[in-house]
Amino acid sequence: MRRALVLVLVAAAVVAVPAPASEERPTPADIENEVVCPTCHTTIDQSNAPIALRMKAFIRERIAAGDTKSEIKGKLVAQFGESVLAAPPRSGFNLLAWLLPLVGAGVGAAVLAILARRWRRLRPEPPEPGPSSNGRAALTPDLDRRVDEELARFDA
Amino acid sequence: MARRGKLILQVAAVSVVALLIALFAWQLATKEQARGLTAALERGGTPPAPAFTLDRLEGDGEISLASLRGQAVVLNFWASWCEPCKEESPRLESAWQRYRDQGVVFVGIDVNDFQGDARKFVERYGLTYPIVHDGQGSTLGRYGVTGFPETWFVGRNGNLVGERVQGPVTDAELDENIRRALAES
Repeated sequence: MRRALVLVLVAAAVVAVPAPASEERPTPADIENEVVCPTCHTTIDQSNAPIALRMKAFIRERIAAGDTKSEIKGKLVAQFGESVLAAPPRSGFNLLAWLLPLVGAGVGAAVLAILARRWRRLRPEPPEPGPSSNGRAALTPDLDRRVDEELARFDA
Repeated sequence: MARRGKLILQVAAVSVVALLIALFAWQLATKEQARGLTAALERGGTPPAPAFTLDRLEGDGEISLASLRGQAVVLNFWASWCEPCKEESPRLESAWQRYRDQGVVFVGIDVNDFQGDARKFVERYGLTYPIVHDGQGSTLGRYGVTGFPETWFVGRNGNLVGERVQGPVTDAELDENIRRALAES
């Protein structure tokens, strides 16, 4: 339940990003890298196609006329459709494009966490000190003590 | 319960993959359809012309290809920023004047263009045939148009005929293909 709440809060934070300062007084660069040239399918800041040049001129005209970034992008969408936007708008059906990666990441993290827990449970316990590696029974405490004494004497 | 949850997850995963495959297949099919049109015309075939309904450039209603059934149609894809279109436009207007009373309709499809620019273009070149605006370029994929201008011919029965003309159309190409479009009934 808590995890679901965290996911919803993260999603809400991503969706409700505060409006940047460039919204009211955008520069051409603020918009040109968010708009796609309909003939070459790159953003118009990277295109010199005739329609891209015309769109750049349009953006400058609208900035000079005092339009906000949203208004200019809205006018471009009215002319060329939503496919002119490099990123889908965060509303309506397009919201899915923003939320699905988050949901996918959340589900992926949850699956990883479940698997990690399961693997941890299945991992064998470290073996108790038992028989020596040569397969014979371990020394009795008395024999062990005597070996230590013999070795100590040998070292002396 | 755990087994049921696992099953739901598996079904969801398979559904998402199936949806992605379907989308991919649809895209491929659309491209193939466009390629198929040209190939069919080159073999002398008459495939059905892809349908469209688009707003008139002047904003007074819309035109659908289906509504033109019974007439030969010249479909010309263009844009105001296209240099060869400027050379071609007077020729199209002149042909329209010659053929308009013979059961032939010219339709200019203004694509990937500002409506204001297109209107200025129409006014500057004195175009009087119907013009529709396809700002999103929805018709490009269906017809496989990759450059402007491009001209297709539709017979009276709604099937494509003649040849697909890429680049400015000549008078001879117009005359020959309109003749074939009128013959197709």
